[in-house]
Amino acid sequence: MLSKVKTCVLQGLEGHIIDVEVDISNGLPQLSIVGLADMSIKESKERVRSAIKNSGFKFPLSRITINLAPANLKKEGSQIDLAIAIGILKATEVIENSDTDDTCFIGELSLDGRVNKINGALPIIISLRELGVRRVVIPSSNKEECSALEGIDIIPVDTLTQAVTYLNDQTKIEPYKTDITKIFDQEEDFSERFEDIKGQEGAKRAMEIAAAGGHNIIFIGPPGSGKTMIAKRITSILPKLTFEESLEITKIYSISGLLEDNKLIKKRPFRSPHHTITPVALVGGGRNPKPGEVSLSHYGVLFLDEFPEFNKSAIEILRQPMEDGIVTVSRVSSTFTFPSQFVLVGTMNPCPCGFFGDPLKECTCSQRSIDNYLSKISSPILDRIDLHIEVKPVKYSDLEKDNKDVETSKDIRGRVNRARNIQIKRYRGKNIFSNSELGVRDIEMYCKLDKSSSNLLELAFDNLGLSARAYNKILKVSRTIADLDLSENIKDIHIAEAIQYRSLDRKYW
Amino acid sequence: MNNRDTLIWLNSIQGVTVKVIEKLENYYGNLENIWLGSNNDMNKIKSISEKTRLEIISKKDKTYFDNMIENIKKNDVKVLTIMDEEFPEKLKYIYNSPKVLYVKGDMLKRQERLIGIVGARKATAYGKHITNKLTNELLDLGINPVSGMAKGVDTEVHLASIKKNQRNIAVLGCGVDVVYPKSNKYIYEKIIENGSVISEFSLGTQPLKYNFPQRNRIISGLSSGVLVIEAGERSGSLITAHHAAEQGKEVFAVPGNINSIYSRGTNLLIKDGAKIVLGVEDIIEEIREFKDIKINKQKRQVDYSKLSEDEVKIISFIEEEPIHTDLICLKTNMSISNVNSILTILEMKGIVRKLPNQLFTIV
Repeated sequence: MLSKVKTCVLQGLEGHIIDVEVDISNGLPQLSIVGLADMSIKESKERVRSAIKNSGFKFPLSRITINLAPANLKKEGSQIDLAIAIGILKATEVIENSDTDDTCFIGELSLDGRVNKINGALPIIISLRELGVRRVVIPSSNKEECSALEGIDIIPVDTLTQAVTYLNDQTKIEPYKTDITKIFDQEEDFSERFEDIKGQEGAKRAMEIAAAGGHNIIFIGPPGSGKTMIAKRITSILPKLTFEESLEITKIYSISGLLEDNKLIKKRPFRSPHHTITPVALVGGGRNPKPGEVSLSHYGVLFLDEFPEFNKSAIEILRQPMEDGIVTVSRVSSTFTFPSQFVLVGTMNPCPCGFFGDPLKECTCSQRSIDNYLSKISSPILDRIDLHIEVKPVKYSDLEKDNKDVETSKDIRGRVNRARNIQIKRYRGKNIFSNSELGVRDIEMYCKLDKSSSNLLELAFDNLGLSARAYNKILKVSRTIADLDLSENIKDIHIAEAIQYRSLDRKYW
Repeated sequence: MNNRDTLIWLNSIQGVTVKVIEKLENYYGNLENIWLGSNNDMNKIKSISEKTRLEIISKKDKTYFDNMIENIKKNDVKVLTIMDEEFPEKLKYIYNSPKVLYVKGDMLKRQERLIGIVGARKATAYGKHITNKLTNELLDLGINPVSGMAKGVDTEVHLASIKKNQRNIAVLGCGVDVVYPKSNKYIYEKIIENGSVISEFSLGTQPLKYNFPQRNRIISGLSSGVLVIEAGERSGSLITAHHAAEQGKEVFAVPGNINSIYSRGTNLLIKDGAKIVLGVEDIIEEIREFKDIKINKQKRQVDYSKLSEDEVKIISFIEEEPIHTDLICLKTNMSISNVNSILTILEMKGIVRKLPNQLFTIV
């Protein structure tokens, strides 16, 4: 008897439909799987055998051959279990309904016949939808992450028996759907907010600009100045996540197995890897490449605390993802591309001991060690960081006098959202979503200066010792400042403010 | 090989110091004889170490000398010996005076007003700010700086002069064809265009640690006085000050915060009797050669009439002491974006200056 059912494997974020062909013929009882399956699939025969038996069905005592087509594609992942089991039950005619051509089966089986949660359910479903599949049977623990998609029926099952009775029309399972508008209309709740910080107006303002324009930012300051505290609060003012963005992020988290309670991700990710991280863990890799931290912070924030302490090669490897918004990982088996559009937030000290320039505390570093420390951040990397902000703590006694109301994250987020919407509208159809993504030609087009502001910028270069590479950065940042100001044109006050955010260009050290 | 050639030849040999040359001259009576004398003779001078004697003997070779002269020409370097008329008068009479000088760039002038400006390699923003200010003011009065082209204060001295397109002199602790530190290549090239790079060390000499204290005596020797801007307790700048005092030159020091380790050296100098410098006039009135210079004692006041109301408001707080931008916001009750853009404009008008740590000070 021959049967055929569909399932899916992932390569990177891309899913491929696999036909599971099961043939049962006379001969010595034996089960063999062909078609470039890896260990996790080879082992599935044991799971399938027990699951079928323990679900009360009969496992055929015959020669069973299973082919995974196309046979030239390498396959991995335990999500094929369910399809194999269904294929066998179909071949033994336990499942009578043969109309499964537009249905895909994904799910891992447990020995008692339960269907277990899998990694990467969302990217699988999205790919299947694009490939024309109309119905997918999935483990019910994965239903939340997948249920927001239109145009494909999600059939959650808990056990193999449930799947069989469903296919035999003995029970009815309604396609699972959630209302996405309800999810995304909820006001997000952040435990770390800007109202916790008194003072630090300059740093907060810079954060607002970074969030509004998606600019990379680095904070420079002595230990204990509050760099990390401010940096961590950026998530509370980032623009609202759209459904499409959420899907993309959830996809990445899904294949990495990092999805909490298997729901769609509603907050922009904030990743803060430790500085001992290896380059591979940062950009992704492995024998079967998995996304790295840059992809896990897609549409969110990659926070690198103590930036110069990172391995030099780890820092340099950030160049491509920062420039292109994607990262390409090549391994012997194949080449994968993961998205990596993140806002880089870094912190650093002015010197290894941290007290350079402090009038009272002694800096114990030699000039050479300071030079070495600063040169860890090479100019190609610095070129990609738009804002450099110095942070210095204000004395407590000065703060006490401050009776001004501290701005809340909510207020700031309101302005950020408004500025971001202006940007999205302006760059519609150009595949650009924020000012930080502007290329050289786009800058010429969208960052036009009037006479007085271009004079001002020219003067600034002559007088303030800015380096030439600052030019485009200042334009981009002033575009964002103008957007926050709801001003259509960049005015000289916007340029003047942007110039203050280029500390590292001004060679204090 | 005349006396002068012999002197240049001797000076190029490793281990031959001014002292050694004097000993040789005493022994032979005449420099020329050193070249002509036998190796046996040379070995009889026990007061010179054997290593140096052997080195001299091995280099006693006409091809070596010719190659050296060729190399000097190729590098466009001029050689001055103590026998030459152009040799700076002031250097002739200092203790342990150099016998040979290598000059790249313009020749040293007979009559010029020079002042040594030295300081720490690891200078603070304060030190750099003061260096810039004083160098500019001295240049405006026609006094050219001599410094050591090291990092920190030295670099700031040369940069300020280069920006004004004024002559300045760098005295190196290595050969004049060696750029050290490498990061100062731009400065080195600019000084050659408009100024002089000089050294007593022959071409190709590497920047060895013990060369630097030696060259400091030339910095002070060339100048009418030495100004120390910022120095730690054991800074090389103090050696220069020490040389200056020995040579009978005036020593000036810029005071600093008494807590600051970067100003400990200069504060000690002041305690020991160096002249305290609060402005350029303190330097001028102390040096006899500069007596004829007249300074406009008009104090520069900020011209408030041309500034907007907000600008004046901000300046009034910066004038009190260097102040953090956050505090400006707090005191003026203005938004940070406003304050930042006004500060940039004030910076460009040359009224305020940004220091590290988000501090702003009046120029």
